Amino acid sequence: MPSPRYTREIPTRYRLEAGRCSDCGKIVFPVRRFCPSCRGEEFEKLTLSRKGTVITSTVVHVPPDDFLMEAPYAMAVVETPEGARLMTQVVDCDPATVLPGMDVALEFRLIRREGHSGILCYGHKGVPA
Amino acid sequence: MSDLVLAAGVEKMNDGADVTNVLATAADQELEVYYGVTFPGLYAMIARAHMERHGTTEEDLAWVAVKNHKHGAMNEKAQFRREVTPEQVMASSLVSEPLRLLHCSPVTDGAAAVLLCPLEMAREFTDRPVKIVASGLASGSMALADRDDPAFLDAVHKSGQRAFKMADIGPQDVDVAEVHDCFTIAEICCIEALGFVEEGKGGPAAHDGLTAIGGRIPVNTSGGLKSKGHPVGATGIAQTIEIFRQLQGEAGQRQVENARVGLAQNMGGSGASSVVHIFEGV
Repeated sequence: MPSPRYTREIPTRYRLEAGRCSDCGKIVFPVRRFCPSCRGEEFEKLTLSRKGTVITSTVVHVPPDDFLMEAPYAMAVVETPEGARLMTQVVDCDPATVLPGMDVALEFRLIRREGHSGILCYGHKGVPA
Repeated sequence: MSDLVLAAGVEKMNDGADVTNVLATAADQELEVYYGVTFPGLYAMIARAHMERHGTTEEDLAWVAVKNHKHGAMNEKAQFRREVTPEQVMASSLVSEPLRLLHCSPVTDGAAAVLLCPLEMAREFTDRPVKIVASGLASGSMALADRDDPAFLDAVHKSGQRAFKMADIGPQDVDVAEVHDCFTIAEICCIEALGFVEEGKGGPAAHDGLTAIGGRIPVNTSGGLKSKGHPVGATGIAQTIEIFRQLQGEAGQRQVENARVGLAQNMGGSGASSVVHIFEGV
């Protein structure tokens, strides 16, 4: 991934910064220009809690190339207490145990090494709470 | 403007490297693919949400593959002209739990084309033309995490409603349909979103024979993406060709009796965009 694009993603990936729509109250993650719910343009900045509950999940057995060494691994859509949802891996446990309803903590981790130059890409991963 | 237009689609997927990665470009790069999710992974999460919310079972999913392979076995254009058993489906290798290999549409080379013209010109080309009566397009959230209900394909629902409104008919008036069964769960979600069955009731439809040829609403009589094949860029047109043949009464062994109104639904991403066309035999 080109570095300017990577830099732009830092508030989302490193700091879990979201927005609360000033018009309808919807939590939008990451922050966008418009609220997908009411088209509002005013947001109040908000940092998500580093924890959540699994909404749905899967165990990936046939992975993309960058994740070959990790398969099988669990992926989940996790909802934070603020009501934001995000896609994340859930690690440090048997992937088969990652099921809807599971509580996870979100930890800052290495996500992948990208391309031949091996650029380190960071973000959050879920671990059993 | 032209009176006579050839709409064509073509795809060559077999000689490309890394097809899974290429297909994943239809998902949200920054919020989904970055973290290691694959396209089958996204549909697997939709499947698990559907199971959790509506009690859909792995056997229900398997029966979609069984039904579509049964239809595809009768289609000389299908990539996989053979039937499969529920046991074979449920014993096939895991791709992304709960989806297995035989829940997934294959990697396909293919092409399809249809000739469009004003109805009054059509008889120069065929004795039995088919009329396009409606077209509906809708988009929804790209990322699964942005959907209130990950088990419901909102864009499919909206595109269907728009097409039904334009045709001034309802789902109960459709005699035969082709829907985008890129994975078995996708057919279940699509028949619910289009209103062929109630929301949450799509699971048992294939097993109960509702969506088989001879059932109340035959779905994917061509074999669907699952058995006929899924050459991505050609799939939409290929679906309309099956409906065309059905409404002409020329679908051979796969013919749905007295088929007069047909529907074709195609979509992109993990259901982020969807298009529905409704056709009538003339």
